Amino acid sequence: MSTPACVPGQETDSVPERRSFLRNVFVVVGGLVSTALAIPLVRFAAFPLRAKEDETSWSDVGKVDEFASLAGPVARTIDVQRTDGWRSSTAQDGVYVVPAGSGALKVLSSVCPHLGCAVRWIDDKDRFICPCHGGTFTRTGAYVSGPPRRAMDELDSKVENGVLKVRLQRFRQLAATKEPVA
Amino acid sequence: MQETRDTLREDDSRPLSGWMKWLDQRTGVKSLMHEALDEPIPGGARWAYVFGSGLLYLFLSQVVTGIFLALYYVPSSDHAHTTVSYISKVVSSGLFLRSVHAYGATAIVILLFLHITQTLLYGSYKGRRELLWLSGCFLLALMLGMAFTGYLLPWDQKAYFASAVGTNIISEVPVIGSSLQRLLRGGSQMGTLTLSRFYVFHVFVLPGLLIAFIATHVFLFRKAGAAGPTKEDPFEPKLPTQKFYPRQVGMDMGASLLIVLALAVVAYFLPIRLGPEAVPSDTSYIPRPEWYYLPMFQWLKVVGGRWSLLGGIVLPGLLALLFAAIPFFDRGRERRPWRRPVVVAGFTIFVACYAGLGALSYHDDASDSNVAGQLARQRNAEIRYMRQPFKPEAASSAPPAAPVPPSADPLIAKGATIFAAGPCSDCHGTRGEGTDKAPALIGVGQKYSADRLAFLLHHRTPEMIDGGMPSVDLDQAETAALVAYLRSLK
Repeated sequence: MSTPACVPGQETDSVPERRSFLRNVFVVVGGLVSTALAIPLVRFAAFPLRAKEDETSWSDVGKVDEFASLAGPVARTIDVQRTDGWRSSTAQDGVYVVPAGSGALKVLSSVCPHLGCAVRWIDDKDRFICPCHGGTFTRTGAYVSGPPRRAMDELDSKVENGVLKVRLQRFRQLAATKEPVA
Repeated sequence: MQETRDTLREDDSRPLSGWMKWLDQRTGVKSLMHEALDEPIPGGARWAYVFGSGLLYLFLSQVVTGIFLALYYVPSSDHAHTTVSYISKVVSSGLFLRSVHAYGATAIVILLFLHITQTLLYGSYKGRRELLWLSGCFLLALMLGMAFTGYLLPWDQKAYFASAVGTNIISEVPVIGSSLQRLLRGGSQMGTLTLSRFYVFHVFVLPGLLIAFIATHVFLFRKAGAAGPTKEDPFEPKLPTQKFYPRQVGMDMGASLLIVLALAVVAYFLPIRLGPEAVPSDTSYIPRPEWYYLPMFQWLKVVGGRWSLLGGIVLPGLLALLFAAIPFFDRGRERRPWRRPVVVAGFTIFVACYAGLGALSYHDDASDSNVAGQLARQRNAEIRYMRQPFKPEAASSAPPAAPVPPSADPLIAKGATIFAAGPCSDCHGTRGEGTDKAPALIGVGQKYSADRLAFLLHHRTPEMIDGGMPSVDLDQAETAALVAYLRSLK
């Protein structure tokens, strides 16, 4: 048993201060490297948080002539192109075209500003009525009664080459003002 | 000697701080740490011993990056390429993570080679370490399986054709070859079932086996103890020992840091390319496997024809068995490589041949101008594809397209209008696909000539009349247009 118990170098490590200093070096270096490595992983997984919601495209509602002699609100189904991750899909959505006086038209979202049910136009009562919680609105979408805190949401619309177009957007439910959901 | 190996150092018995004591009483964490960090290394720490931990680190990196990639990947032949393209071109850090994962496979192959070479040269498989060696052989095979199955997943041209060739080799196995190939591919042809199978192997089966065998490998390693340098006795270690912590831990961490840096630099500056989506009907594509499989590929060119069974299956199988059996026939206490010429020379010759075959493959490709040109075109196609912006896949739930497909030929377009407007489409379907009322017309142009079709339209056969086909009232020009449309239905 003439050989030394330990290889040279081990002794110095056994000094408690040296050992705890070394341990701290390992912890700090390991921590820094792990943090650096986590950055791309977090960016990758949290991509949906940072991804720019793409600008909603304009959808055709119909020829403007069709609405020329419009007396009251009329429901229309529109095709909305949307990008769903790595695929693009076409979804259908309902909107109301309402006469806004002096030949102008306005397009209202059918989504109730209360909790998001589809609002119905009831001709007999001359009111938009939400079937869920009974919110009512006038023929131009102004608030009349019930739980909603604001009027029906008007959507951006324009006339291009005689075609009425609308940009479908969603707005925050329950809020008193119209705030787009980003 | 035994005394020094088992004696605890004084500083190890320092009193534990409050919360560590609480934890230790419940988990025994201190003895676990002692077990993990105070492993005795005969002869002390060395840089030559870092490859095992480097491999473990790389495996963890592959697991983590792989799990993250699965957030966006879809294993189906109609979505796989789109989703990998989405990862590469749209998702933040996506190209980087995919590159780290793909280059990680290459790094593992390199480190496996270094780990095996070190073990062979040091004779570290000696001294009741046969099972340790065998578990390592299984790990090698599993890792190569991971590389093979992962290669197909992006479903680009390169992936598709390389895997098609790879799975063709399997059909060479006697008796069960073709069944084995069908089983692996999920059918006689490469397709979406092949992708599913490769995905399941790559993500569930092989990683599960890898974790089990890594645990076995580490357990057997700790049971046998570190082998130490070549002058150490493999059965009864005599050299003074050094603990795993801190020197070897530092070296292992340093090596892993170097691997991380190298991987990150390569992945960042030379990101992996995704080629255009696989087109199985493309006959001009020349597939080439990943560089570490290239010698095997070259070897199959050499032993083609009637030697393919012997050269492609039997010989590699025998070599693998011979390799696995090394610790069973090289049993002496001698570990110095120059005193073990058979094993060392055998391994060296194998490595030289393997590298030579690889070099020969590169040389063959470079010297054949046709092949070199095609390979360059394929490379350029990949570069072009990577520059194109991401194109989202049109969802199949889109509203049905217009019933009349537009045609460039005005005659066909006119015929299509007649077909759609008249009663034809009511019974034969909007595109002649057939309904329960009348048969499909697709392919009718291959069956009948234009004259015969025109004749049949005006002179119905008894079967047509029985089936309820009305008489056709069209002038000559309209008939010609309708016939042109019918003949265009494919």
